[in-house]
Amino acid sequence: MLPLVLFFIFAALCVGGAINLLVQKHPINSALSLIVVMGSLALIYLLLGAEFVAAVQVIVYAGAVMVLFVFVIMLLNAGVEERTEHASRVATVLGVPGLIIGLSIAVWVVSHLAGLDRIAIGGPTVMNGSDVFGNPQAIGRLLFRDFLLPFEVTSLLILIAIMGAVVLARREE
Amino acid sequence: MVPLSYYLVLSAILFGCGVAGFLIKRNIITIFLSIELMLNGVNLSFVAFAAQLKSLDGHIFVFFVMVVAAAEAAVGLAIIISVFRTRETLNVDRVNLLKL
Repeated sequence: MLPLVLFFIFAALCVGGAINLLVQKHPINSALSLIVVMGSLALIYLLLGAEFVAAVQVIVYAGAVMVLFVFVIMLLNAGVEERTEHASRVATVLGVPGLIIGLSIAVWVVSHLAGLDRIAIGGPTVMNGSDVFGNPQAIGRLLFRDFLLPFEVTSLLILIAIMGAVVLARREE
Repeated sequence: MVPLSYYLVLSAILFGCGVAGFLIKRNIITIFLSIELMLNGVNLSFVAFAAQLKSLDGHIFVFFVMVVAAAEAAVGLAIIISVFRTRETLNVDRVNLLKL
């Protein structure tokens, strides 16, 4: 019972933050509501037993990436978003809730037909007599043994991204 | 215990909000934030299926998605700074030419 209650609390926070991102006019408010979404998603990951992913979500996403976003918003002194004159009000007022509700109903129907709503998950799952499912030890063993080549390619990607960011953001003489 | 489909519906709602923000927003930074929201929605369904299948491969996928998102944020924000420096605007409707 407790996982269900916790799930609904954090899911409500998630959806509220996501809708607030759409409603707010100023980019800094959108960025801060995205931090709320990411923080409550980290708690949902903990409900699913994904300790490592939850920690990385907080440190990398809610920490590093969002600090970068807030830094750029403040650096560029981005003001209130200007509206386009020929933008359709009907599309915004009807289309956006229609899109979100339609997509979620479609997912609900498909997962009901696939029988996924009878599968209950959540809570730390004990697996193979090891510790909690998804702890850093298990992830590290998998990452450095089975997925070693993708991991190394990832480090190359990060290196290229760093050099690209420096070259692109450099002030030209 | 929470049914798996609840997680999938939450993931779909987050992804839908991201798509809607990408379509209706005109500020290039907010559009970029919407892309991050879509990536988060996809990550949630990866972790939910990993918990259902009792397999850690989904967590590894989420790890790689996060790495790619971080790299994408660094390069994308550098591009945004560069565009703002030459155009003096963040409105995507005014950035409609490849040349200055």
